[in-house]
Amino acid sequence: MPCLHHWLDASVARAPGAVALTDPGRGSIGYGDLGRLTDRLRDRLRVLGVGAGDRVGLYLSKSIDSVATIFGILKTGAAYTPVDPGSPPWRAAFILTDCDVRVAVVERAFVAALEAEAAKLGKTIRCVVLEEVGGGRGLAAALDAADRGGVAPVTPTADPGLDGLAYILYTSGSTGKPKGVMLTHRAATTFVDWCSEVFQPTAADVFSSHAPFHFDLSVHDIYVPLKHGARLVLIGEELGKDPGRLAELAAAERISIWYSTPSILSLLAQYGRLERHDYSALRHVLFAGEVFPVPRLRAIKALWHGPRYWNLYGPTETNVCTYYEIPDQVPEDRTDPYPIGWCCSHLRSRVVDLDGSILTGGEEGELVIAGPGIMSGYWNLPERNAAAFLTDPDGTPWYKTGDLVVEEPGGVYLFHGRRDRMVKRRGYRVELGEIEAALSGHPQVREAACVAMVSHDGQVTIKAWLASRNGGRLSIIELKQFCMDRLPQYMVPDAFGFLETLPRTSTDKTDLQALKALG
Amino acid sequence: MDQIIQPVKEYILSTYLKGEDPSALKDTTPLITGGILDSLGTLELVSFLEQRFGIQLEAHEVDAERLDTLQAIGSLVKSKTATV
Repeated sequence: MPCLHHWLDASVARAPGAVALTDPGRGSIGYGDLGRLTDRLRDRLRVLGVGAGDRVGLYLSKSIDSVATIFGILKTGAAYTPVDPGSPPWRAAFILTDCDVRVAVVERAFVAALEAEAAKLGKTIRCVVLEEVGGGRGLAAALDAADRGGVAPVTPTADPGLDGLAYILYTSGSTGKPKGVMLTHRAATTFVDWCSEVFQPTAADVFSSHAPFHFDLSVHDIYVPLKHGARLVLIGEELGKDPGRLAELAAAERISIWYSTPSILSLLAQYGRLERHDYSALRHVLFAGEVFPVPRLRAIKALWHGPRYWNLYGPTETNVCTYYEIPDQVPEDRTDPYPIGWCCSHLRSRVVDLDGSILTGGEEGELVIAGPGIMSGYWNLPERNAAAFLTDPDGTPWYKTGDLVVEEPGGVYLFHGRRDRMVKRRGYRVELGEIEAALSGHPQVREAACVAMVSHDGQVTIKAWLASRNGGRLSIIELKQFCMDRLPQYMVPDAFGFLETLPRTSTDKTDLQALKALG
Repeated sequence: MDQIIQPVKEYILSTYLKGEDPSALKDTTPLITGGILDSLGTLELVSFLEQRFGIQLEAHEVDAERLDTLQAIGSLVKSKTATV
């Protein structure tokens, strides 16, 4: 059975002249050239001692260079750990040192801050530096420069086997530190094969990549098109925030398979002036990462009426585990969100109660998932791992999603909320505890608690309640800047409230329900 | 310039900084890089500017550099209204 990178080599062999990747405004690369570039990085990483069992970091803006870097890493048999180029440098340094990368491939602009933050942790990170990224030229130039000191010997592409680790994706951690979700080639390839079965992609398809590479949606975006010899259009950070340009680009590139968060689709419907363009190539619109409020879903469907729409659901730990096709007609009076749907064919699902007993009568319970697509565990967090799974008497692990669902007749799941304090904001997973931990580090903050509020139109906002040391108010501008320096932007609270002391429950915990009631 | 900056300041205070002391929002306070406006907030601000001042802002004009402070927003709006 092939690993992820073997699919790229198979597509290279089938059609070396076909275009594999397009980075709008910065260039394209064909399969043959992508194959050669990734082989060269494989050989250079081997010279640096990288091999099976290692982790290699990736701290690059989305680009042809970053996709090539991913495949170069996989070809050595190592796993990649992507870090968010938009998050504060301490977080990147924490992630890369936490999973003990042998090497990190880093864009010049990030190097100094990364090294400084790693030094604060008493660590060093060996960096392969790309002076620039765009069109694959930055990676090629870095390899050329390294070759001038001695050409890297050609080495065979590794076969780490399906049980080999493919990547570690870090998600928000409730204790204030991100946690690394470990996924094998088996987990990724079984998911990608499921996508092949359901969406029937071909080499003629054009995919768009909206999610950043540290986000699990990217697993679909990178591997489904390259497995099928199709073309992937990379949507970078700046373009992704600009619905007008994104709308133009999706039409001009004739995107046929689209996968993004509902937030991006809502922005397009609202600000993209979609009626000006031709989207006849669009076949499938997939969305995941958060609940799609029905009025917003109706708005995008009215503008893009050709494609089929799919609600995909699943945490990073399982990737997509349930799916639901939205019916052609969304009734005018419907306000209830659509179900998260049926369990994907490569996985198994159950609903369990607090004790782990299986519920079969349609009661609300926690969704648990088994099968080849689930994570191997969290990197270096044995206690979290013990709590993350239920184990059958035959040893089968079931990942506990923490999501509360109800099973409807026919096996369709309805999402009913979370068992813990994790929320989804603009598709990103946010542990409120991570924000509280950051705010507690503020010299004037005595106590901090965050609550998530959902507005009438389904928008999630985060409000931080603070008790300051002097009992008074603090500057909201200064608090937002403080959060920006410590957290990814999507975790910065929308609003702040101040109390002399935070309310307590009878068991002396912060009374979050009372805070929610304050509005 | 104040005729442009004042309504924008009031809009930002009432929409994104509820409860903040108005004098804390300076003409040079970073709005986007300071975490006050996220990407959605930036789009909403652009809509507000277009409606309030009757201008049309093109995609290349609405980057973080041109919208990051009240001062920058004032200059941008002024340059657009001057050419109308």
